[in-house]
Formats: sequence, structure tokens, C-alpha cells
Amino acid sequence: MLTNISNVLRACAQRNGAASVVSARTYADFTAEATFEIKKCDIHKLDEAPATQVVMTREEGLQYYRTMQTIRRMELKADQLYKQKIIRGFCHLYDGQEACAVGIEAGINLTDHLITAYRAHGYTYTRGGTVKEIMAELTGRRGGIAKGKGGSMHMYTKHFYGGNGIVGAQVPLGAGVALACKYLGNNELCVSLYGDGAANQGQIFESYNMAALWKLPAIFICENNRYGMGTSVERAAASTDYYKRGDFIPGLRVDGMDVLCVREATKFAADHCRSGKGPMLMELQTYRYHGHSMSDPGVSYRTREEIQEVRGKSDPISMLKDRMLSNNMASVEELKEIDVAVRKEIEDAAQFATTDPEPPLEELCNHIFYNNPALEVRGTNPWAKLKSVS
Amino acid sequence: MAASVRCFLRSGKNAVSALGRRGFHKSAPAAVQMMVRDALNQAMDEELERDERVFLLGEEVAQYDGAYKVSRGLWKKYGDKRIIDTPITEMGFAGIAVGAAMAGLRPICEFMTFNFSMQAIDQIINSAAKTYYMSAGFQSVPIVFRGPNGASAGVAAQHSQCFAAWYAHCPGLKVVSPWNAEDAKGLLKSAIRDDNPVVFLENELMYGVPFEMSEESQSKDFTIPIGKAKVERQGTHVSLVTHSRYVSHCLDAAVVLAKEGIECEVINLRTIRPLDVECIETSVMKTNHLVTVEGGWPQFGVGAEICARIMEGPAFNYLDAPATRVTGVDIPMPYAKILEDNSLPQIKDIIFSVKKTLNV
Repeated sequence: MLTNISNVLRACAQRNGAASVVSARTYADFTAEATFEIKKCDIHKLDEAPATQVVMTREEGLQYYRTMQTIRRMELKADQLYKQKIIRGFCHLYDGQEACAVGIEAGINLTDHLITAYRAHGYTYTRGGTVKEIMAELTGRRGGIAKGKGGSMHMYTKHFYGGNGIVGAQVPLGAGVALACKYLGNNELCVSLYGDGAANQGQIFESYNMAALWKLPAIFICENNRYGMGTSVERAAASTDYYKRGDFIPGLRVDGMDVLCVREATKFAADHCRSGKGPMLMELQTYRYHGHSMSDPGVSYRTREEIQEVRGKSDPISMLKDRMLSNNMASVEELKEIDVAVRKEIEDAAQFATTDPEPPLEELCNHIFYNNPALEVRGTNPWAKLKSVS
Repeated sequence: MAASVRCFLRSGKNAVSALGRRGFHKSAPAAVQMMVRDALNQAMDEELERDERVFLLGEEVAQYDGAYKVSRGLWKKYGDKRIIDTPITEMGFAGIAVGAAMAGLRPICEFMTFNFSMQAIDQIINSAAKTYYMSAGFQSVPIVFRGPNGASAGVAAQHSQCFAAWYAHCPGLKVVSPWNAEDAKGLLKSAIRDDNPVVFLENELMYGVPFEMSEESQSKDFTIPIGKAKVERQGTHVSLVTHSRYVSHCLDAAVVLAKEGIECEVINLRTIRPLDVECIETSVMKTNHLVTVEGGWPQFGVGAEICARIMEGPAFNYLDAPATRVTGVDIPMPYAKILEDNSLPQIKDIIFSVKKTLNV
């Protein structure tokens, strides 16, 4: 907090030695915390809903703002790099959905576990990955979080199991992580995310069944961004009440554009799981500004007006910004400072991601097996005998 | 020393040899016979006891004692936490097993037969096998997928497929195929201790077959290394390379052929991936003839791979004839006994193929 203030002051001093200085706001000027009224969640097989009056501190607000802004700018930079052909293959961008990743993380601990599908850059960041290593992974460099071997869809970090390319497969995996949590008795839980498209996958219902049967500490979260690739929810699902699809699993439908809604619902679900009651299901109603991936302009199945409307009325970052400003929790300048700092972080990361060398060819065949003696791997022809170490 | 003297005094005739022999008078250890299913059971029991993170899940593994009784007694001993009955949802429970392995446990995921593993094959390949590589060494997956593979008796087309070639095709997996009780025990223990995904292909028809267990194999620390084949029978005229149930067929064929003066070297692959090419090459360089025997279909199979590898290596120049593959017939498995019997390699087919290869 004090750093922010001194940053503001320093910035002012750098900008112009002269008098048109922004008033030096002191700590005492900002509201330390405020109570916000948030949308009530729709509930399924529950007697209570998450709180609608929630408290956010200035610190929390600034952190959520900064994190969401970082994800936003990181994704936009990825868009740029993709168009320059510096990023190739698949690239599924998360801009618009930031409140989900940030809100969920605010409702759990880093010691909990999380798994998602391929729209994973935001989660890689909230789970502890750095922008630098995420971007370098997208550009396929040795400094990438998976040393350039995974790419956009296969990023991993502690207690974060990717990044999964096969639609729906991550949900049983997440239920398995939850099983391990229960088995080891560590009071941790696992959040398993999937989209509205994946929500119709059979293996997800298999996971619901086993998680409920065995009372696994699993939170299943459907990020409903209204479109499974180019297919709108009405065209894919007989029931679009995704929060009810768990049937015997209690569910919540949450405003996924409001970071506080997401946070409260996640906390509610986490408490439920940790008390041994078994799994919970959450549907986050959210929106992606980009198309399904960089190969999809995203306007053949939805109108530009729709996209603009969401941007104008429900942008998660704008919403948070408005809340903080109107409650005197931060100044415009302070938030601008954060924007500048974020932009710089992204620029530096992009710089690294475009200049870091590609992985060395000698390491092509490494990481086949863990804790294994070195082995020989057949190359493209019988004389190519390549080496693989763990 | 005192013992030797005692021996010397007691056994006059053997006195001289007794002096050379140290230690006490010992009777030969009683030969222990064990069925393959019991060897598998013992392997799992020992590993469950040794490491708390090991657990077994699958259909009917707990309260039913296992569809084929391989896990008999384990639920009673270890309880619900470690021996888990699953619903009939392979994709789901295989995925759950892989997730549990990622999060630090060491699951044994049983498929009632490997035919059902097809429903879960995405989890085995994309979630288990590839993850260590995709994560550049960050995320390992210590899991064993086990169950009966290949033909049984009269179970027809959907329940008789051999998956050795399918799984052995994929980098990131180890694929093991034990033959006898010792193989079963030693290899399963190794598989469970291995920190990587292992596909463990058993054979239902072998479950009830008893084999002698060496003394060494009776130890709780007995393991057989994955990736090493075993020469079950030394020979000079032809190398019979095979796995699983067909090791028995090859040994039986070898007995018959020996009467005609043809000495077969029988190699029990034990592991399909990684293939012990060196063992095969050494043998072929000695016998100059190669016949592979498997239950799976011929196209793109285990035998096909062995032939290709031999061609690419030093042993090719030692072949006096093209290699021969003895395989299952290239059809879905029929039901009627006469049809089924003629869909799989019989001893006479092996004998015929050896003679053709040797041009006798």
C-alpha cells in the first residue's frame, strides 16, 4: 500500500518537476475496506447460498485488479505474437474470463489443487507461473514453463495439473487428485474446470458419480462462456442449467464476471468440501472476447454487438475498477500506475519470449520416463540413435 | 568348520566332498508351486504392505475378491481406503487413477479385461503416457494398468483382443507381458515400484496354471527388471521369440522338435516395450533363424516390430532365411470352439513354421 503511494509520488515527480502534481493521497485517504452487494447465486440442492454482502479490502482489490489486468494484457500480447507468427499451433485466449481465475484462487489456497482444460494461461498465472515463463512456453523457448515441450495447452506448476488438450479428460483427473487429497487426509481439495462444451461429456458424469459416491473434496466448475467453439449452448445441450447437471451434487450458478461473486461462491464450495460433505458444482456465467482459438475470429456465430455489449456492461476489470473508485479504495492514478507496471511486465516477458533460444536438440528425447536409467530412442531412421534421460 | 567335521564323520562315503562343502547339512528346499493368480496376488499384497501410497481400484476388486480372484483377500486385509470397487465407468475411473497418481499416490488400476481399456484409452495415452514429456519432467505419473489381455476361451470377438501392439506403440508407456508365476510376481512388483505408467498385460488362461517358484522369488524384495527378456530354453537352430501364454506353446513345440533333432531357443520377451532387442539379436546371431509367436493379429503387431528391428540391426546378416511370424488369424475372434481353436497359434502351427523357416 505504502509502496503504491510512494510510486504515485515518484511518478509525479518524474513526470514533471512542476506544480501540477496530482494530490499526494495518503493512506488515510483511502477506504481500507468496503462492503459490496453482489448478485445472489442460483442454488441447486442447497438450503443456503453464498453471502450477498461481502467485504473486500483495498489490498485485496488492488491484488485482484493487478492480477486480472496482468492476465488481460498477457493474453492480448499473445494475440499480437500469434498474428506475427511468433506463437504457433493452438492458442486459446482467456480475456474476458479473468474474474473466474482470480476469483477462484481468492477462494482457495495455493496448497489446494486445480486442473483445467486448454484455455489455461490465466490459471497457470494464478497458480504461480510467471508471465515470462508462460509467454516463453507459447513461443516454444527453453525458458518456457514446460521448457518449450508443452506449448499453450500443456503448462504445469505446483498443484496445477495443466493445461489439458482432450475436452473433458481433465475432470476425472481432477476427481483423482481430490481422491488423493482425501486419501492423504491433508484437508486439501481439487478444483476441476471445464467449459459449457465439455459439460456434455460422459466422463464428467462418471466423475460426478464417483466423487459423490466417495465424498471426494472436489469442486467441479463449469466456465460457461456461452459457446463451445462455434456452437452456442442452446444448440449443444438439452439442459443449459449446467449447475444442475450434477443432479445429486449441490450446485451454484454464479456471475462469472464479478470477481467477488466468484470468490464468495468458491469459498462456500470449499467449506462444503472441506467439511467432508463431498463434491460441489459451480457454473460461472462468463464470456470470452476472443474466438475459441486464434484460428477462430469469433464473429461467425455471434454478433460484434454482443461482444461489445459484454465489454461495455460486464467487463470484469472495469467492474472492479468502478467499485474501487466509487468506494474511494484507490485513485485513478494508482490504478494507472498498476496498468503501466503490468504493461512493462508483459513487454519484458514478451522480449524474453522472443529472444530466448529454442530448446536444444540434444534434449529432444528427454523426459520420457521419470527416475529411469538413460535409454536409447529411435530417431527418424535406423541410424539415428538418440539419447533420452529422465 | 565344526559342522563340516561332523558331516565328514557322519557320512563316510561323502567325506571327501563334505570337506570341500561348507556349512550345515541342508535338505533341498521344498519346491513351492504357485498359480499365476496367486503370484499376482502376492505381488500386490507385498507392495500394498510396503508402501502406503499404493492402492488398487477397479470393478469387483474389493468385495467380490476380484472378477478372476486375483485380488482375493486384499480388501479384507486392507479395507475400503486401499482396495476400491468402482462403478462400471472405465473412462472415469482410469482418469481418476491417473489424477491420483499425479497427486502423489501409486494406483493400480485394474481393467476387468483390456478390451474395456479401450473406453479409457485416452486417459492411458494422453493423460498418463504423455504427461511427463509434455511437462518437461515436472509431472510424473506412477501408475499400473493391469488386467487380462488377449484371448480367453469362448468369449468371442469383443472380449478377446490382444492390446500389446496398441500400447507398445506409444512412447511414455512401459508394456509388460508376464508368462509364468515368477514373471507375474517379479514383474508386477517392478511395475508397481516403477515411477512411470506401466501397462501390465496378464492372461486369463494362465491364471490357474501352477509353476514352480524359485527360492529367490519367494522373497518380498524379489523383482524382475522391466525391459529384459529371458531365454527359457537354450537352442542352436532357431530363435522362437514370444510372450505370455505362447511361451508355453513354444516350449511344448520345442520338445516335439527336439525329437527330430531341431533345437529351439525359446525367448520369453517378458517386456514388450521397451523391447529387449539385444537378447533377440544375440540369439539370432547364434541360430540364424527367427520365428516370432504371438496371439495378437498379424498386421502392425509385436512380431512385425521384431522383424523390422532385426532387419535394422547386426543380426540381419546372420539370418539364413527371412523371419517368420506366427500370429493369431486376421479376423475378429469367433465363438464356436473349432473356429476359436483355429484362430490362434497352435503348437502344430509353431512346429510347421519352424520347419518351413529351416526349410526342412
